[in-house]
Amino acid sequence: MSGKLKSKLEVAGIYLVIFVMFLVIVYPLIWVFGISLNPGTSMYSATIIPKNASFEHYRWLFTNEDSNYLLWYKNTLIVASAKTVLSLAVTLFIAYAFSRYHFVGRKNGLYVLMLIKIFPVLMGMVAIYILLSLVGLLDSLVGLILVYVGTSIPTHAFLVKGFFDTIPRDLDEAAKIDGAGHVRVFVQIILPLAVPIIAVVALFNFMAPFMDFLLPRIVIRSPENYTLALGLFNLVNQEFGQNFTRFAAGSILIAVPIATVFLFFQRYLISGLTAGASKG
Amino acid sequence: MNGKQVRDRNAGNSHSPRIAMLLSIIPGLGQIYNRRYFKGVLFFGIIAAFFIVFGNFLNIGFWGLVTLGTLEGVDDSRRLLIQGIVSVILTVFALGVYWINLVDAKKDAERISNGWRKTTLREGFNNAWDKGFPYALVAPGLFMIVFVLILPLLFMVALAFTNYNIYNSPPKFLLSWVGVENFLNVFSVPVWRKTFFSVLSWTVVWTLVATTLQISLGLFLAVIVNDKRVKYKKLIRTILILPWAVPGFVSILTFAAMFNDQFGAVNNQLLAPLGLNIPWLTDPLWTKIAIIFVEVWLGFAYIFALFTGVLQSISEDWYEAAEVDGASRWQRFRNITLPHVLFASAPLLIMQYTGNFNNFNLIYLFNQGGPPVRGQTAGSTDIIISWVYKLTFDTLNYNMAAVISIMLGVIVAGIAFFQFKRTRSFKEGGIDG
Repeated sequence: MSGKLKSKLEVAGIYLVIFVMFLVIVYPLIWVFGISLNPGTSMYSATIIPKNASFEHYRWLFTNEDSNYLLWYKNTLIVASAKTVLSLAVTLFIAYAFSRYHFVGRKNGLYVLMLIKIFPVLMGMVAIYILLSLVGLLDSLVGLILVYVGTSIPTHAFLVKGFFDTIPRDLDEAAKIDGAGHVRVFVQIILPLAVPIIAVVALFNFMAPFMDFLLPRIVIRSPENYTLALGLFNLVNQEFGQNFTRFAAGSILIAVPIATVFLFFQRYLISGLTAGASKG
Repeated sequence: MNGKQVRDRNAGNSHSPRIAMLLSIIPGLGQIYNRRYFKGVLFFGIIAAFFIVFGNFLNIGFWGLVTLGTLEGVDDSRRLLIQGIVSVILTVFALGVYWINLVDAKKDAERISNGWRKTTLREGFNNAWDKGFPYALVAPGLFMIVFVLILPLLFMVALAFTNYNIYNSPPKFLLSWVGVENFLNVFSVPVWRKTFFSVLSWTVVWTLVATTLQISLGLFLAVIVNDKRVKYKKLIRTILILPWAVPGFVSILTFAAMFNDQFGAVNNQLLAPLGLNIPWLTDPLWTKIAIIFVEVWLGFAYIFALFTGVLQSISEDWYEAAEVDGASRWQRFRNITLPHVLFASAPLLIMQYTGNFNNFNLIYLFNQGGPPVRGQTAGSTDIIISWVYKLTFDTLNYNMAAVISIMLGVIVAGIAFFQFKRTRSFKEGGIDG
């Protein structure tokens, strides 16, 4: 009898812990949503449950002349799409070469990739800044995209190579005997089998520009080239607290789609990460 | 009489690999001696074009690398430095092509003297396509990596040996090489020494405490939610993963506002009933506590998701067998769950530590590394990477930023080497797989 009671108490304890965690997790999220509904732009008078809630800040973001929100959204979409396509292509090529071919410099190349992967991008920022200004790509989306593509290669190449390594070589050997060339084997045999990891890497690539603010802060100067993260940061940072309600509204509009996609794909993300890591 | 000698006699020629290789000191000549005219012209063309196109560039580049410019106000030392580094990279590539040219001449000559017949141009092309395919695959990525990652890192390393700071910055002034002076300054100049050691110690404390806390919390939650008696697992897991799903900068800026001393929700709504008013952003100790709390909030969800995945892959049989043997719950956790989880995710956990070691976003967005500390060049919550950022973009102390970066790089490389060795010992032949 006491065993049953003990078990019930334990379950109650577990639910209590989970409930406390719920509060801790959800409170900031509800708070920022509540703030976004407050009329007036100042945070000083804003409360979590606004007295007369309105969607005026959401409307302001989309319709006001001073608001660059749509422009930022467009910039971010451009950067994210271009980055995804370019980075994916380059990463798949590299990973395929390292996974399937033996060529001079292969082993050293892998060591170099591994070594570069661990250095924070920030360490080379001054040089990237000067380099971009030398070739006239500072303060441009093209420059931002190129830097994004370059910095994403080492990490993703390892993830994808790890996956390619798990595809049996017999498949490409058989296709080669049947007369398929290098390109055909890659495009028609390997790529269709690698769809799961391609999806994961594409998702990582696409979402990064929505969340990263450091690179745009260094590369981009003029407000019409801002990406969302940078634009929102500046909105809240210019005069602290002055635009916080608008920032809150803008953040909600990014956080909701991203979180949805994330929750939808999280199982694949986890399996992709563990598969890549155990190989790396 | 074996087959090789037969072929030698049949070929009956005196074609010498050594002569071919010596001739190829002038690129392409050896190939022409091998009667592979197209290839020879190609090699000669590539090397010649390289010198014609880049000759002037290389000349200025190497000159700039040595002198960093001579005309004050005209020469931009930074450009010259970059051009110098690009020249070095180009030269390395050219030497690579040159080496291939020598080896190729020798190999072809060896084959010819062994009686091998010259292939047609078409066969040659097919051959080149087979051999060149992996290089073609690697080329675009290699190009990007060289210019976006390697070149900037080399530039950073070079800056550490110059006198590039706010008082001496191009294009107005010229830079010059100062040797290891900057490295010595970190330890000999009091303000640098004091800042360096206080930042380093906080970075270490921050990394260990924040990461260990989030891993423990993630593990604890993963284990209790995995309990058979808990219902609505899917819903619970979805909510617990939320902090990972929300973009980091949104949560961090939200927390920064909530922890605001005067009008933040933490002081005004949560602590007000207790009559507390804590200086979250202005007192060093409280800021550190707040930052660790925020990082645990941000990071535990990922660990939780990861461990949940691992837990589900542990077979029930283990636990049943242990229960039959009379193992207590703690023993079961200690001897079955923990080893499984840590074994499966060790590299990712180490990445979590290195990630926090370099967690610029949180430190900078939460409180810009503040509050400031009197008598040092970094704020009280600055970790090494955010200190480097400040040195670079706020106080324009480029040379010192580079020095600190190199030290950071050495530390991170050390950790990574350790991780690599461990992964190697876990798995045979990791890199060859």
